Amino acid sequence: MTEQIDKALAREYEAGFVSDVESETFLPGLDEDVIRRISAMKDEPEWMLEWRLNAFRIWSEMEEPTWAHVHYPEIDFQSISYYSAPKSMKDKPKSLDEVDPELLRTYEKLGIPLIEQQMLAGIAVDAVFDSVSVVTTFREKLSEAGVIFCPISEAIQRYPDLVKKYLGSVVPTKDNYYAALNCAVFTDGSFVFIPKNTRCPMELSTYFRINEQNTGQFERTLIIAEEGSHVSYLEGCTAPQRDENQLHAAVVELVAMDNAEIKYSTVQNWYPGDENGKGGIYNFVTKRGICHTNAKISWTQVETGSSVTWKYPSCILKGDNSIGEFYSVALTRGRQQADTGTKMIHLGKNTRSTIISKGISAGKSNNSYRGLVRMNPGAQGARNFTQCDSLLIGDQCGAHTFPYVESRNPSAIVEHEATTSKVSDEQMFLCQQRGLDPEKAVSMIVNGFCKEVFKELPMEFAVEAGKLLEISLEGSVG
Amino acid sequence: MSNTKSLLTIKNLHASVEEKNIIKGLSLDIKPGEVHAIMGPNGAGKSTMGYVLSGRDGYSVESGSVTLDGEDLLEMETEERARAGLFLAFQYPVEIPGVSNLEFLKASVDAQRLARGEEAITSANFLKEAKAACKQVNLPIAFLKRGVNEGFSGGEKKRNELMQMLLLKPKLCILDETDSGLDIDAMQVVAAGVNSQRTEDRSFIVVTHYQRLLDYIKPDFVHVLSDGKIVKSGDASLAQELEAQGYAWLQSEPTEDELEG
Ligand SMILES: Nc1ncnc2c1ncn2[C@@H]1O[C@H](COP(=O)(O)OP(=O)(O)O)[C@@H](O)[C@H]1O
Ligand SMILES: [Mg+2]
Repeated sequence: MTEQIDKALAREYEAGFVSDVESETFLPGLDEDVIRRISAMKDEPEWMLEWRLNAFRIWSEMEEPTWAHVHYPEIDFQSISYYSAPKSMKDKPKSLDEVDPELLRTYEKLGIPLIEQQMLAGIAVDAVFDSVSVVTTFREKLSEAGVIFCPISEAIQRYPDLVKKYLGSVVPTKDNYYAALNCAVFTDGSFVFIPKNTRCPMELSTYFRINEQNTGQFERTLIIAEEGSHVSYLEGCTAPQRDENQLHAAVVELVAMDNAEIKYSTVQNWYPGDENGKGGIYNFVTKRGICHTNAKISWTQVETGSSVTWKYPSCILKGDNSIGEFYSVALTRGRQQADTGTKMIHLGKNTRSTIISKGISAGKSNNSYRGLVRMNPGAQGARNFTQCDSLLIGDQCGAHTFPYVESRNPSAIVEHEATTSKVSDEQMFLCQQRGLDPEKAVSMIVNGFCKEVFKELPMEFAVEAGKLLEISLEGSVG
Repeated sequence: MSNTKSLLTIKNLHASVEEKNIIKGLSLDIKPGEVHAIMGPNGAGKSTMGYVLSGRDGYSVESGSVTLDGEDLLEMETEERARAGLFLAFQYPVEIPGVSNLEFLKASVDAQRLARGEEAITSANFLKEAKAACKQVNLPIAFLKRGVNEGFSGGEKKRNELMQMLLLKPKLCILDETDSGLDIDAMQVVAAGVNSQRTEDRSFIVVTHYQRLLDYIKPDFVHVLSDGKIVKSGDASLAQELEAQGYAWLQSEPTEDELEG
C-alpha cells in the first residue's frame, strides 16, 4: 500500500525544463567587488550601494545557523554566481513586444501568460527571471488607483524615499545569516505600495523563475499598505531540474499601517531534487510583516518544492487589536526536508493570532513545524490559537513539532493543539472500493487534510495548489 | 435451476488474511435480480468474504474462482471491481476528514462512468441526484458538505453507505451488517433503500444478524456462513428458524450433501 502511495506522489516535476536564453552571468564568487557590480548593473544610487556593502560586512562576520532540523552539506558561497540576466533585458524593453519571445514562452509554459489579453483577468504579474524582472503587467490600470507595483530595482530609482524609509525596517540587516546575505546581494523582486484607504483593484502576484545554472536567486520584496488599504498578493516559484543544488535566499517585508490588511499567499514549487536527494533548491527565506493598530496580515503558504526549506513567515503585532494569521501546507517526499513555521510576536493590546499548520510527510522526507508565540508584557488580553497537524504517508518519514511559547503577560491566552495521523489502509480501501485509483485516492485524502488552508488561498491559487498535489477540486460544493 | 446467466459465481473459494485461513471452501451462485441473505455467528468470515470479493489489500485467495458477469473477478484490481459494478457497504465505515461527501461521491461516480466509457455527469445534475439520495436515506442535505463520515453517528454512517449505493447504482451490492446498531426506524430506511433499488438485473448480498431486516427485505435465499463456508441454505423461512434456535444446531450437521439435496 505504501508503495502505491509513494508512486502516486512521485509525480513528475513539470516545471523542470530549461529555457534557451542567452544570459549575462557573473562568474561565481562573492566579495565587495561583486556587490559593486550588482549595484552598477542596476544603476543604483550611492546610498543603496552603501547599504549593501554594510550588509556584506555584517554577513561576513556571521555564522550559518544550525538549529533547524535539516541537514545539508556546507554551502560554498564562493561557488555561486550572484547575478544572471537574459542579455535581451539589457536594453530594458519598454513593452511586451520588445521582450524576448523565449522569455514569454517560458512563462506561458508555466501557465502564466504575460500577454494581458490572455491573462486571468484580475491578476497583475511581475515576472522575475533569475536576477531581473522581465515584465510587470497591468501597471497602468493599477496606477490609476494610485497603486505602485513594480520591480524593486525600479522602485529604488523612482521611489527612493519610500524604499529608504521601509527597506530593512521589518527585517533588519543583521536579523539572520541569510537575511544579511540577501541585503548584500539581492537582485530583484517586487515593490508594492497601496495608498491610503485604497482597495487594490486586482490581485498582485510575482512569479519567480530560476533558469541559469549555478546561480543563486536573492529575491527582495517590499509591500507597504497605507492606512485603511487592502491588498492580496500571490507568489509562485519554479526552477529547472538539475543535479546541483541552488540557493534561493529571499527577504520579504510587509508593512500594514493602521487598519490596513495584507494577504500574502505563496505556492512554492521549487525543484525538490530527485528521489535520492540529488539536486534541488535550498530555500532559505525570511518573511516578516508588521501590523500597526487594527491592521491584519495573513500569510498562506503551500510548500511542495525545494530540497531544503527554512522559512518562518512572521507577524509583529505592534498595534493594538492587530491580527496575524499563518496558514501553511508543507508537503515533503523523497528526501526533502522542511523546517517551517511562524513567529507571532504580540506587542499590542488585544492582539490576536491564528496558526494552522498542515505537514504531510512521505517517502524518506523530514517535515518540521517550528513556531514561536511570544506575548510581551504589553500584550494585555492577547490571544493565540495554534493547530499543528501532521499526516504521515509510509513509515520512513519524519514529522516533528517544535512549538515555543513565551508569555510575559498573564492575561494573554495561548492555545495549542496538535495531531498526527496516517493515510490509513481503510481510507485507501474505501476510495478504491468506490472506483477511485490509488493516485486519486491519495491526493483526495491529502487534499481533505489541507482543506482549512486551501480555503484561505485566492481562487486561482487554490486551483494551482490543488493541481500541485494532483488534486482536482472539481465537483466540490461551494 | 433457471437458465439465466449468473451475475456472481463463487466456486470453492479459499482465502486467508495474515496467513490465517478464514474462507474455507465457499461456493455461492447469484442470478441477476436475486437477494441473498447471509447470516452466521460472529467470526464466521462474513466481512472477510466481502473484503475478498472486493479485493482488499492483504486478503489473499488461495484457491477457487469468482466470476462477476462472466469476468474473472479475482484478476481485477480493487477499483476495477468497483467499476465493474461491485459495491460493498462497510460494516465499519471509515472517516476521510476534510473530503466532502459530495466531492467524494462525484469523484467516485466520475471514475466509474469514465471507466465504462459513459459521458461525465454535470455537477448540477449530480447535485440534484445527490440531494435526492440524501432525502431517500433520511440524511439532511447538509451531510453532502460534511467530510466523509466525519463525526457521523453510527446510524448516519450506515445511511451514508446506502446513499453511496444509490448514487453508484452497482450491479452487485454487498451490505455488511448495514442494519446493525440501527433503531427500527433507521432499519426501515435501510430496507426501503434496498427495496427501491431492486431491479431485474441488480443483485444483493445482505449480511445480517437480524431476521427483522429480512421481514422488510424479502430475500430469495438465506445462507448460513459458519467457519468460512456455507453450512445451510434455504428460503426466507430459514431466517425465522435461525432467529428462534441460533446457530449452534447447524455446526455439527453434515453440509454439502444437504445443500445439493
Ligand atoms: N486482519 C485480520 N488479521 C487476522 N485475523 C483476522 C483479520 N480480519 C479478520 N480476521 C479473523 O477472521 C475471522 C472472520 O472475521 P470476520 O470476517 O470479520 O467475521 P464476521 O464478519 O463473520 O463476524 C475472525 O476470526 C477474525 O478474527
Ligand atoms: Mg463482520
